[in-house]
Amino acid sequence: MSLNVKELREYEPELMNILKKYSGSEYELIEVLHEAQELIGYLPKEAQKIIARQLDLAPGRVSSVVSFYNHFSEYSKGEFQVSLCKGTACYVKGSQEIIEKIENKYGIKSGQTTEDGKLSLNIVRCLGACGLSPVMTVNGKAHGLLNPEKAVKIIDSYLNGKIKEEENA
Amino acid sequence: MENKLVNIEIDGESIEVEAETSILDAAKKLNKDIPTLCYLEEKNLIGACRICLVEIENSGKLAASCITPVSEGLKIKTNSSRVRRNRKMNLEFLLSNHNIECPSCISNESCELREIAEEFGVREVRFEGKKSSYQIDQSTPSIFRDPEKCILCRRCESVCRDIQSVEAVQVFGRGFETVIKPSFYENLADSPCVLCGQCTLVCPTGALREKEYIEEVWQALDDPEKHVVVQTAPAVRVSLSEAFSGKSGEICTEKMVTALKKLGFDKVFDTNFAADLTIVEEANEFVERINQGGKLPLFTSCSPGWINFIEEYYPEYLDNLSSCKSPQQMFGALAHSYYLDNTEVEEKDLIVVSIMPCTAKKFEAQREEMAGDVDYVLTTRELAQMIKEAGFKFENLEDSNFDQLMGESTGAGAIFGTTGGVMEAALRTAYEKITGKELEEIDINSVRGFDEIKKITVNIDGLEVKAAVAHGLSNARKVFEMIKKGEEFHFIEFMACPGGCLGGGGQPLAADKEVLKNRMKAIYEIDTNKKLRKSHENPYIIKLYKEYLENPGSEIAHKLLHTKYKVRKI
Repeated sequence: MSLNVKELREYEPELMNILKKYSGSEYELIEVLHEAQELIGYLPKEAQKIIARQLDLAPGRVSSVVSFYNHFSEYSKGEFQVSLCKGTACYVKGSQEIIEKIENKYGIKSGQTTEDGKLSLNIVRCLGACGLSPVMTVNGKAHGLLNPEKAVKIIDSYLNGKIKEEENA
Repeated sequence: MENKLVNIEIDGESIEVEAETSILDAAKKLNKDIPTLCYLEEKNLIGACRICLVEIENSGKLAASCITPVSEGLKIKTNSSRVRRNRKMNLEFLLSNHNIECPSCISNESCELREIAEEFGVREVRFEGKKSSYQIDQSTPSIFRDPEKCILCRRCESVCRDIQSVEAVQVFGRGFETVIKPSFYENLADSPCVLCGQCTLVCPTGALREKEYIEEVWQALDDPEKHVVVQTAPAVRVSLSEAFSGKSGEICTEKMVTALKKLGFDKVFDTNFAADLTIVEEANEFVERINQGGKLPLFTSCSPGWINFIEEYYPEYLDNLSSCKSPQQMFGALAHSYYLDNTEVEEKDLIVVSIMPCTAKKFEAQREEMAGDVDYVLTTRELAQMIKEAGFKFENLEDSNFDQLMGESTGAGAIFGTTGGVMEAALRTAYEKITGKELEEIDINSVRGFDEIKKITVNIDGLEVKAAVAHGLSNARKVFEMIKKGEEFHFIEFMACPGGCLGGGGQPLAADKEVLKNRMKAIYEIDTNKKLRKSHENPYIIKLYKEYLENPGSEIAHKLLHTKYKVRKI
């Protein structure tokens, strides 16, 4: 899913406001990307092109930086963002089976979003909650001591509204 | 400020060197060759490949010698078993993710990875694992990109960014997923790539090379119905023999002509002839613009990489470009008109081939404004390949001369192949055209040499002509900055490649500064040895105008020899 041009135009004034705060030096690129991603939710090509133009960089340079950092994404993220840990402790405790279960059930791989835009999956390294391994976060909220069945049950509860985000905030 | 000197020890030998010297350069002073792969003198210093490792005795660490500066008291081992073992292991890691198909690889002979594997005595690759899988990018008519051969040395990225200021390819992704590609774009054709081919000159493997049209040309030569004519660019005759003798700076014009005749070309003509024609047309255009208040400064238009560049980045200056086609395309247009009129050959049977030092020429020949005039463009490297395929011993070939009608050229045509050459050739003709007097001092030394931007003022009968010469596209950008700041110029020569065509993207590989210098020297030697050194004195150019084109800038000249440009959006 990518932002269409019309949607981007709605963001453009705000994106330009962000860029105005900076002096237009290439060294500011990462900070600008952070703020732009916060604004739009991800960094679509069209936004990268605007940033490149304003910082007087080749679009390829911007894209190169975006591609290097896991934090930046060229693709939109789902309404519910699952980050599943594959650090050492979680891996030993069976996170691989959980990953496979989620991939099969929802038809997405790490870095992807379901077609309805509801759910996206990210495999991450150590969430720093090894005592709860295997562990995942859904929109930042940790769920631990998982097994494959428990994990998809939790995800389903988000998807069908049984768990409301604010309750967990 | 001079750097202070430090004392270091390399393999037990003491030496005093400047403080900021790299270990690699310090070792060179002791006649020690440390193997390198990603390193490219003055151009790529990133320590990515870990092939140039040395052992620092003081700390016990291994360091990449290309990027580690020396310091007082440093003791270095360049040839310990630990060093050899680790270099070899790093090489094996590179090989473990390399699509190894040496015998059928375009870079078989020139591959630096293969050479180093041989030097290191690699007999097996101990590591096996997942290999990167990518499609070959065949999107342009000039250059292909095969990421499965790429070792991520990033030389191409450095050259494209720092020398050409184009940044068509970058590193994309990280870890195992890392790939060098047009990062923002799908493929080269969509990217800002101007097809200059400088990346193909520095790629150590077969990941970036010219798209070959050798088979197509063989087929044309084998077809008895076809009448195949060939033209050879000025810079090819001073570099072709490098592919056989390994020596640079040899002038091999006559042997090259023999080789082409023996390959089966029906007529062997000279792009230098068309270069003379270009000069007559371009000098005429220059004088007209001066006299009639046309757009100035006039920009030269014979380098297709430069044309792609200005169409992309500075389209607001397209009116400054000379409308003259490049010599290659003038030749192509004349082959299909003037030449056909002078032979029994029918249009449908005519095939025109060019031998060019250039990858962008392949693209130029396919531009819609002039498509069909030149059928196939081969680089100097491809011609060398054909000569090898035919089994000729190049050094032993006898001499022969270009065919007439379009085979005669002056010294002015010859110097088209070097930076500054088009300017010098044009000034020689413009001077005589404006003043009506004979130019006595033919050599215009101030436009010669490798300086990044050469500026001169020439006094032509009281008319002060301000000229500039730039080669390498980052230097072209600098000239645009000067123009935008209000600096006055009348005439500017631009060439995309450093050194001009002699350093073109289609030239024999492994050319360092010394090789480029030798090629340039050879080009000026051809010029000096010519009896006629001004384009408008070429008797066959005079004949061409008399019998066919009427006058420079005539209606028919415009129809055949001039073109238009377009804004290229990326």
